[in-house]
Amino acid sequence: MRLYWELARRGYRRYAAYPGATIAGIFTNTVFGFMLAYVLLAVFRERGEVGGYDASDAVTYVWVGQGMLMTIYIWGWYEVALRVSSGDIATDLYRPFDFQLYWLAQDLGRAAYHALYRGVPPFLVGAFVFDVRLPQEALLWPAFVLAITLAVCVSFAFRFLFNLAAFWLLDYRGVGVLAMVASTFFSGQIVPLAFFPDWLEAVAWALPFAAMVQAPIEIFLGNARGLELAGILGLQAFWAVALLLVGRSVFAAGTRKLVVQGG
Amino acid sequence: MGEVLALAGIYRRLVGARIRSQLQYRLSFALNLIGAGLISFLDFAAILVLFGQVDALGEWSVAEVALLYAISSVAFAATDLAIGHLDLLPKMIREGDLDVILVRPLGSLFQVVSSDFALRRLGKGLQGLVILVVALVAVDLDWTLGRALMLVVTPVAGAFIFAGVWIALATIAFWLIDSIEVANAFTYGGNFLSQYPVNIFGSWLRRFVIFVVPLAFVSYFPSLYILDKEDPLGLPLALQFVSPLVAVASVAAGCLVWRFAVRHYRSTGS
Amino acid sequence: MAQIELEGVEKVFTVWARRGRLRRQRTVVRAVEGISFSIEAGSLVGYIGPNGAGKSTTVKMLTGILVPSAGRISVAGLEPSSQRIELARKLGVVFGQRIQLWWDLPLLDSFELLRHIYRIPAERYRENLDAFVELLDLGPFLATPVRQLSLGQRMRGELTAAMLHDPEILFLDEPTIGLDVVAKARVREFLTRVNREQGVTVLLATHDLADIERLCSRMLILDRGRVIYDGELQALRDRYGDERTLIVDLEEPGPPIDVPGARVAKVDGPRQWLTFNRRETSAAELTAAVAAKVGLQDLAIEEPQVEDIVRRIYTEGVA
Repeated sequence: MRLYWELARRGYRRYAAYPGATIAGIFTNTVFGFMLAYVLLAVFRERGEVGGYDASDAVTYVWVGQGMLMTIYIWGWYEVALRVSSGDIATDLYRPFDFQLYWLAQDLGRAAYHALYRGVPPFLVGAFVFDVRLPQEALLWPAFVLAITLAVCVSFAFRFLFNLAAFWLLDYRGVGVLAMVASTFFSGQIVPLAFFPDWLEAVAWALPFAAMVQAPIEIFLGNARGLELAGILGLQAFWAVALLLVGRSVFAAGTRKLVVQGG
Repeated sequence: MGEVLALAGIYRRLVGARIRSQLQYRLSFALNLIGAGLISFLDFAAILVLFGQVDALGEWSVAEVALLYAISSVAFAATDLAIGHLDLLPKMIREGDLDVILVRPLGSLFQVVSSDFALRRLGKGLQGLVILVVALVAVDLDWTLGRALMLVVTPVAGAFIFAGVWIALATIAFWLIDSIEVANAFTYGGNFLSQYPVNIFGSWLRRFVIFVVPLAFVSYFPSLYILDKEDPLGLPLALQFVSPLVAVASVAAGCLVWRFAVRHYRSTGS
Repeated sequence: MAQIELEGVEKVFTVWARRGRLRRQRTVVRAVEGISFSIEAGSLVGYIGPNGAGKSTTVKMLTGILVPSAGRISVAGLEPSSQRIELARKLGVVFGQRIQLWWDLPLLDSFELLRHIYRIPAERYRENLDAFVELLDLGPFLATPVRQLSLGQRMRGELTAAMLHDPEILFLDEPTIGLDVVAKARVREFLTRVNREQGVTVLLATHDLADIERLCSRMLILDRGRVIYDGELQALRDRYGDERTLIVDLEEPGPPIDVPGARVAKVDGPRQWLTFNRRETSAAELTAAVAAKVGLQDLAIEEPQVEDIVRRIYTEGVA
């Protein structure tokens, strides 16, 4: 257990070492936050309410989403794939700890850093300029933090999975891009899932991506109370566990192939 | 004139070599092309979802926004195709490839630009063209020679407007190696901005995309003319015709920034 | 005016190092401090110095990559930093650790591209290419992509690429680094030939002293941004190479030989190394003196190594 705490700290420190990149990232998120907020507000100039959201909800949605983006880190992570394709994975297999949990621990540490330093600042800017809504009930805050943590786990599990494509494909980036495409759209990042036509919304919630971004935001907006709250957290936990388990068996298959083929 | 022809010949040869090596892997190339098209379609899918809930965004109908989107897509794809690889500049600096460039009797920007031509980025352009055709039909355009001309000129001008901005942004790599993300905010942000009608943005952002980084001239102003639409912002009619001029100014500004940045690089070393 | 002239050239870098979370510390690095020298057309000059001495920085300033912080540079009558492109046509440059050829193209394609970049007339290009193909034996791998070539083959390709457009001056920065003995010999032979037969001025920046010994008559020694020696190799030997070594093989192992004017530097079984100052003792005298004391089976005389001389200069400074 101690080991994983240390790994988390290492993950945190790795990203803390590049304040320049963090500041640049905050800038990016802020810029996109403004653009998305304006687009959604244009929708609300026509209608007072969409999918149970009002203008304030939508704007809150945008800024929480932008703040969460780097924390959840849905795309652009290829560290495991790189290790597999370079062959370094061979040495990792000799290490006395669980490969998947090794990376998960580091990712959680990273997420903590990003939540604090890339999540909070853009949200503060957005909250300052726009009419953002904060959770009114005390219970929602810890629930939100828990939801974010679970979202990171789901995202990590998903990333881990498509990184494993490197065991079988030379062009794993192609798979990565497709994954990014699907996850970006269906996580509700560009447009809230509540805006989707009913049938599309149902599809989106059936996929794991909603658990990554939309779920925590729903909690933040106060749209899930009591049983519904438990339901969302449960859904996230389900996807986290399911994807992690699938990841483990795919990894086992991959290493078997590696050992047999000799890399 | 002979100089320009010679440079064009060199560009053709350098880029030709890259294209040939890309086409070697037919299947991979085709998949990448389709993939690129699909990815960029997502942006449009988002627009469709929004219009599933409302009939207009800032007084623009779905067909009209589709036109904006399509023009912007085609322009963006063209620029991405020709100079998208500028995002490799940090790597080139880091690995000393820039020194190799500075030893040759050619301009540095020219060499960086002619170092690649990623055909797969055509995917976005093709997707844009398809949506353009659909949008034009849906809008039931009142065709005149002027409008047709504008339709042809606009994406070209838009591509050069994007180009000037990107070149200027790429030079950030000379000053801050690990902050190249700032450039991405502008390139992809710029793409996003030019897909939507400018009048939905807050006043400061509106002014920014008209006067500072002239993205409004990529698709917004020309589209007003093409659609024979009254400007919700009530700005002068003349603005709808100056995109080519803005394009020239943008490229010129970009090149100046580049020269300045390379000069800085050569003074401070690596 | 000499073909290459440097006067009071300086290059100062400001390095920002990160201290703690946000603060940064500024250090000023004086890579080159007041260098002045000139090189006549047709010379073959060595430019040596340890890592960090400023060799690469000087070459970069001479080629126009870097702008000097102070001083004046003139290469082939042009000012490198302001007339970069014009000068580039007259220069050939070979970086030992960076490749100018196109990585995934066949070698010949790289040459073709360069032909157009440098606007080499077709006739001249043919002539040069044939000559270099023969001289450097490029035939077997002209069609191979550069990334598949061995280091030695790549370097031969680089040398050709640098010379195809008939430059007046050839700058090389560590060209023999990482090459095996045979490849190094090839490179050296090539440089000698282009210098002798075509009158190309060659400036060879290296810290491989064997290159210098075999190629250059004139050498500039650089240390910590300053030129500490500028002159003929032989003069260097004469001035600092007082010490010679007599290696004697005795009939049987014995104690260190005690002979006036010589010092036993090393003993290894029956072999002993005796160093002596050639100004004070001649080799003949010493041999006779040694032979008088012990039974000699074989002997050899070792000249002062440039490496030792240079090391002495670095550590003791110029006398």
